[in-house]
This record gives sequence, structure tokens and C-alpha cells, in this order.
Amino acid sequence: MAKIWVYAELHQGKLQPTSLELMARARELGDVEAIALGAGARAAAATLGKHGAKVVHLNEDQAFDDFIAEPATDALAWLYQRGAPDLILFGFTPDSREVAGRLAARLGVGLIANAGDVAATDGAFIAQVPYFGGAKVASMRANRKPVIVLVRPKSFEASEAGGSADIKELALAIGDSSKRARITERVVEASEKVKLEDAKVVISGGRGMGGPANFPLLEDLADALGGAVGASRAVVDAGWVPYSMQVGQTGKSVRPGVYIAVGISGAMQHTVGMKASKVIIAINKDAEAPIMKMADLGVVGDALKIVPALTAALKARKG
Amino acid sequence: MKIVVTVKQVPDPNSSLGLEADYSLAREKEVVLDPGDECGIEEGLRLKEAHGGEVVLVSMGPERARDAIRKGLSMGADRGILISDAQLAGADALLTAQALAAAIQAEAPDLVICGTESFDGSTGMVPPMLAELLGLPQLTFAKKIELDGSAVKVHRQTADGYQVVEAPTPALVTVTAGIAEPRYASLKGIMAARSKEIRQVGFGDLGIERGEAVETIEGVADAEARKAGAVIEFDGTAVDRILQVLAEAKVV
Repeated sequence: MAKIWVYAELHQGKLQPTSLELMARARELGDVEAIALGAGARAAAATLGKHGAKVVHLNEDQAFDDFIAEPATDALAWLYQRGAPDLILFGFTPDSREVAGRLAARLGVGLIANAGDVAATDGAFIAQVPYFGGAKVASMRANRKPVIVLVRPKSFEASEAGGSADIKELALAIGDSSKRARITERVVEASEKVKLEDAKVVISGGRGMGGPANFPLLEDLADALGGAVGASRAVVDAGWVPYSMQVGQTGKSVRPGVYIAVGISGAMQHTVGMKASKVIIAINKDAEAPIMKMADLGVVGDALKIVPALTAALKARKG
Repeated sequence: MKIVVTVKQVPDPNSSLGLEADYSLAREKEVVLDPGDECGIEEGLRLKEAHGGEVVLVSMGPERARDAIRKGLSMGADRGILISDAQLAGADALLTAQALAAAIQAEAPDLVICGTESFDGSTGMVPPMLAELLGLPQLTFAKKIELDGSAVKVHRQTADGYQVVEAPTPALVTVTAGIAEPRYASLKGIMAARSKEIRQVGFGDLGIERGEAVETIEGVADAEARKAGAVIEFDGTAVDRILQVLAEAKVV
């Protein structure tokens, strides 16, 4: 059996859903050990066990929560010295990719990022990665061991498999030399009414919205549908809306019942984060925009007229 | 204060991605300095203006990547280093990070600024690898940077706000596109850039080895394409059509 590690990502004591999605695939590929670091690791271990981890290596040192990437890299490298796995899975999330990048460089093995799937074939691991603007999928074979693959959130469905994990305490102390990039304050700015990742309907705006002043039109539509508002990278980069609203490769991955893309052309950067939505509606001035070729319904016209008309019709329907 | 900014030449994000009939990437595409890197250069210049010192641009790419460096020099950066060698063609993230690290190490900077991720690859894997290879702490997703003596402080963008992160220098910082509006190069800047140094570095100068490729492409298949549905004009019936689709999806 191949030996698989899953890096369980914790945010201030909370196990991230992506880690359990990884567990679902990992347990099909071999014997799974999860690594949980920082506050909440012990509580997370029970959950990881139910999802198929045979062993959970954990350490609740405060350093994992307070310092960026380096303590976690140290812990994984330390554990690696004591028994190398064949495959290490990370979520393709901002925090995990920093640890994965450092670890890959330290071990000199490289990595495969942005994968949508990973499978074992003849003792090798093959990952599926979007290619050529997302029109193609490349099968990438990893040539060095351990293989490190970062998988996009929502690529797998998390499910319990029963069972419980043996707990192994990682008996290492994080040195001061790795306590450098210290998080001294956490500021919460956005309070989402409906969480983007969980919303049944997502309405996302892009450059075609004309400017940040028009985003309330999307909020009104979202309210009428009980949905959440997202955005393309272009308008996040332009500073129209916060990063928390970004849908796409390096933003959030969503798969709602209905996704309404408003004024978004449909670059791969965006579509990899939303193309698993059940139904896609695109509203765009350009009938030739790539998003139109993947939408179940494309409406060609001025978003600033269509969106309010739709909101008004929904309100009239409710009475 | 010596600041190194890594820069990359990428296909113009404003042009659509070109595919030839055989699905190979269209080579004649317009290439530009990565817009995210322009923001990194701008932030580097602002820090230099506030604290003194030098801004050095480091890029890896084909000969034409010289144009991307030149653009940064015309914005006001002091000099450039271009790592260019046929042996580095098709480099993966690890080899890229190793090459950049070797060139940057020789500069012994106080601060390394990278874009969070490139516009073409968008995986953001090179910066953490580079930080590891240089032995530097990494302060990522910065939307604000403050320097105070031998300490750097950033506002690190998160899903629901930001974190304040502090580290001693030297350090590596990745910046989001929102950090600073890049300046336009002035005519004077463009003229001055012509005489600024761009030192070319070959593979042999780096003291690194190119091992077996970390990964190889086994095959390429069509992505599972969603079928295009109806495309309609916004007319008197369009709203009803949308409502119908929403009703079929059981969200209204």
C-alpha cells in the first residue's frame, strides 16, 4: 500500500473542509496519515479518523498559529526524516500552498499545483491539471518522491468512512530561527450574510459591471435570491471589492445550484473556480465571450439594465 | 536598503489566449510585463523613495524578457538582471525558484518583493520556494508594507479581512495587485532606462544543477466541456427566460 500524507489545514482551531475532501481521495490511494498542527489539532484528529486517517500526527504548539509557513514546514520535514510517504496532498489554498512550496524546495522534489484530481497508475501518481486556458486537461506524472500535489478545493466530496485514528504526538520543538513572520493581529472586515462557498445561488460581477458603485445591484439580486455575491480577479485586483469575494483559481471555488456571471468574460483563472456549478447563467455585452460557451443560458446585453429588471421581476413574483 | 523585485514577462492579459489549430500555444502573442509585477515595482520604488537605497529587478526568461525589465527601469528601478539560457527553457517552479535564488543570493538584498502569483500560471508557487531557498521569512498577500529599521510589517489579506504580520529583515514579501497603483514611465524615465544596466546571467553562472524534470506531461485531453446553452438577446422575454431557468433549478 502506498503511504499517503494529508496536510490538515487548521484556521484558529478549525479544521478546513478541504482537508476532509482530500481524505476522501487519499484513502482510495493508500494508507492515510494526516498531519494536524496548532490549536484544535487534537479535536481535528477525531474527525480525520472518521474520514479514514489511520494515524494523525499532531502538535498543538502555538507557533503553528502565530508564524507563517516555517514552523509547519519544519514539522513536515522532521516527520519526513522519520519515514517518507509516497504522496503528500495539500489543498490548493493560500495557507497550504505556502507550506507546500517551502517543503518542496527544502526536499528538492518540486510539486504539482492546481490539480483537479490525482490517481495512482502503475505505482506512479498522475495528477489532472487544467491546461491551455482550461480548454484542455494535462495528465502530469510526478517523477520524484515524495510526490507533492496541491488539489483545488471542492474537487472531491467529503464523506465519513468510519474508524478512528491512532494519535501520534510530534515530539519536536519549533526553533526560534523559524519564528520569524509573526501574525500579531487579526482584523475581520467582511461579515458575509451568506457564505460564498455554501450559497445555493452565487452572483458574480466582473469588469462589465462598470465600477464598484454598481455592485449594490448584485447585492439586491443576491438578496432577492437568498444568494451571495462573488467577483472576478480583475475587479478584485482593481480594488472594487475585497479579496474575500474572489471566485477562481486562487480565490474561492464554488459549486452552487445556480451561478450567475455578470460582466465576466470567462478567463480560466475564473472558470476553474465555478464551472462545477449545476446551472450557469451569463449576462454579458459580448455574445462571443468565452463564458457564453459554457453557460446554460447566455443573455447578451447591458448588465446594468438586466440585473435590476431581474431583481424587480423576482420581487414582483414574491409579491 | 537594497530591494530586489522579481518580474516576469507574460502573455498580454488583455488579449485572449491563442491556440493554434494543433492546440499548441500561439507564439506570436503580445507579451507584457506582468501587471502584478508592475505593482511590486511601484511598491519597491515607494519604499526606496521613503528609505533610500536601490531597486534591482530580476527576471528569468527568453531574451525578449529584457523588454519587461526595461519597462521597470523606465518606471525608475536602478538596474536589472536577466537570467536567460536555453538550458532553462521550460523550467518548472522549482528550477525557476532555484535560478532566481542563485541570482538574488549574490545581491544580498534587505527585501525581496514578488507578485502573489503570475497572470499566466496563477499558481503562486515560486515565492514560497524562493523564500525557502534564500532562507528568508515570507510575508505574503501584502496589501500594505511598512519598513522600520530592521523590521518589516505587512497587512496580509485574508478571506475575511487582514492579518498584521511582522518579521525581521531580510525578508521576502509577496504583494497583491491592490498594494499600489503603478506609475506611468515618464519620457525622461524611458530615456534614462536606455543607459541602465541589464546584466545577463547564464545557466553556468548560477552554480545549480538541472536534474530530471520534476513532472512530465503524460497526455493532454479535452477538458470536460460544458455544453453551451441558448444565447439570447436582452429583449422583452429575456427576464422570463432567466426566471424559467431559476425555477427549473429550484432556486425560486
